[in-house]
Amino acid sequence: MSPLNLYDLTIHEAAALLARRELSSRELTRAVLDRIHQVEERVEAFVTITEELALKQAEEADKRIAAGDAAPLTGIPAAIKDVICTKGVRTTCGSRMLANFLPPYQAHVTERLLDAGLVMVGKANMDEFAMGSSTENSAFHPTHNPWDLERVPGGSSGGSAAAVAASECIYALGSDTGGSIRQPAALCGVVGFKPTYGRISRFGLVAFASSLDQIGPLTKDVTDCALVMNVIAGHDRRDSTSAPLDVPDYTQALIPDLKGIRIGVPQEYFVEGMDGQVRASIEAAVNKMAELGAEVDWQVSLPSTGYALACYYIIAPSEAMANLARYDGVKYGYSDRRGDSMWRNMELTRQHGFGDEVKRRIMLGTYALSAGYYDAYYLKAQKVRTLIRREFDAAFQRCDVLVTAVSPTPAFKLGEKVADPLQMYLSDVCTIPINIAGLPAISIPCGLTDGLPVGVQIIAKPFDETTILRVAYAYEQATDWHKARPNL
Amino acid sequence: MAITREEVRHVAMLFRMSLSEEEIARLQHQLSQIIDYFQVLQQVDTEGVPPTSHTLALENVMRDDEPRPSYPAEDILANAPLSEDGFFRVRAVLE
Repeated sequence: MSPLNLYDLTIHEAAALLARRELSSRELTRAVLDRIHQVEERVEAFVTITEELALKQAEEADKRIAAGDAAPLTGIPAAIKDVICTKGVRTTCGSRMLANFLPPYQAHVTERLLDAGLVMVGKANMDEFAMGSSTENSAFHPTHNPWDLERVPGGSSGGSAAAVAASECIYALGSDTGGSIRQPAALCGVVGFKPTYGRISRFGLVAFASSLDQIGPLTKDVTDCALVMNVIAGHDRRDSTSAPLDVPDYTQALIPDLKGIRIGVPQEYFVEGMDGQVRASIEAAVNKMAELGAEVDWQVSLPSTGYALACYYIIAPSEAMANLARYDGVKYGYSDRRGDSMWRNMELTRQHGFGDEVKRRIMLGTYALSAGYYDAYYLKAQKVRTLIRREFDAAFQRCDVLVTAVSPTPAFKLGEKVADPLQMYLSDVCTIPINIAGLPAISIPCGLTDGLPVGVQIIAKPFDETTILRVAYAYEQATDWHKARPNL
Repeated sequence: MAITREEVRHVAMLFRMSLSEEEIARLQHQLSQIIDYFQVLQQVDTEGVPPTSHTLALENVMRDDEPRPSYPAEDILANAPLSEDGFFRVRAVLE
């Protein structure tokens, strides 16, 4: 047994110990639950902790392992973002609207993980309905960055990222509509992967912006990312936008050299206001990749990048508005019945059930789609979306991957951007274009600045997750950033 | 300001959501700022560019027309704020 704490193990380290019977899932789960008891008061990564369920699942996993029926994720404790439906386990989306919602069905990804032997320790905190970049929009409580408790963990999957960084789980699932996996992964110093739109079924993922949402893993290293991808990726007929494509074994992509890989560095992603240390970390990461055998083109240009943010804040709220119209206080969720008619109660339910950011986006979306404005905003944004995609297509004619920053700054202070929505939106400027184009992209740790993690983003063409994992793995093996842990 | 108080009220009602006077004032200010920012898109030449609503080359995905069991009514109604005799219960729709 290695001297380190059990809760600090990666999936592949824990799975090896489980397979050799040097560790039981029950011991591992107990260690992770004890860790939660030790740090959760400070980190607040969870909305719901499912201790009893986890211990029961751990016992089942141990039986499976004893019977020789184990898969790589069997018996490994995980956190699931609270926007992913877990049958019979409260799924709140970080909203007062769904504070008591018990899903009557299992999301596709949780179904897959359960088949693989999931041990779920809890549902991770998030910005309400995944709208936000700091997890401060949770209706329950903010989450704190384990590297500095006065700072945000990023968002919207801030609970998932903080839980992985604080070793309150071995891995987590998140969702990413404009950067919601990658930005918190970068700010918390963990690996966060948003696969290609369509790679993972969204069945059971509570919808925010349906043409942009995608589920993905948050893990301690790239090998773990590949292991989770192997379980959750693939076609599902219950999501008509799920791609009917074969899924490769992602662990085959984990090759520690980059010979023949062409890397492009798009200039527009070194945005105005970018932290100097972040920029230096990204440049150093690209230089390291070159040392490992990659060819680098530092002069790639994606001229429409500067329009992506405006494009996103029209498209995402428009889709969100249509999706959130289901919350009417009648079928499920919060219901305000102080009014004297059905319509009045619906109006009150929404006023008091939704938080400020959700209302802001509903208003933006309703405005952008309303009569007289549709062509100027929504249609225009969809045309700009085409231009952004075309520029990526052209870049991928000459490059295998693009490498950029994830967030222009490290983690900011809690409360710093709450009063200024536009400033908050700008923290996703490097991640949003990827969702607009439906591309896969990962964030992996590439540095520390004043004790705060920095992440580098690796982007590839649609469905080329394997090349991303190869580049990420080779870089990770050649550096130690992924081994850094916060002092908690 | 790009948007008036009256417009804020009107847009909220299009969504069937009430807002307090304080919320209306705050939203007028914040939405105006964000809508002003959207004007940056008017600089982009999109003449002859088709819109993208979706990034996948999938169209009209059909499933087989086979009967399948649906969710039990009691499971669905278990989350309903008010229900009666297998129905969702609401206040009178028509006066």
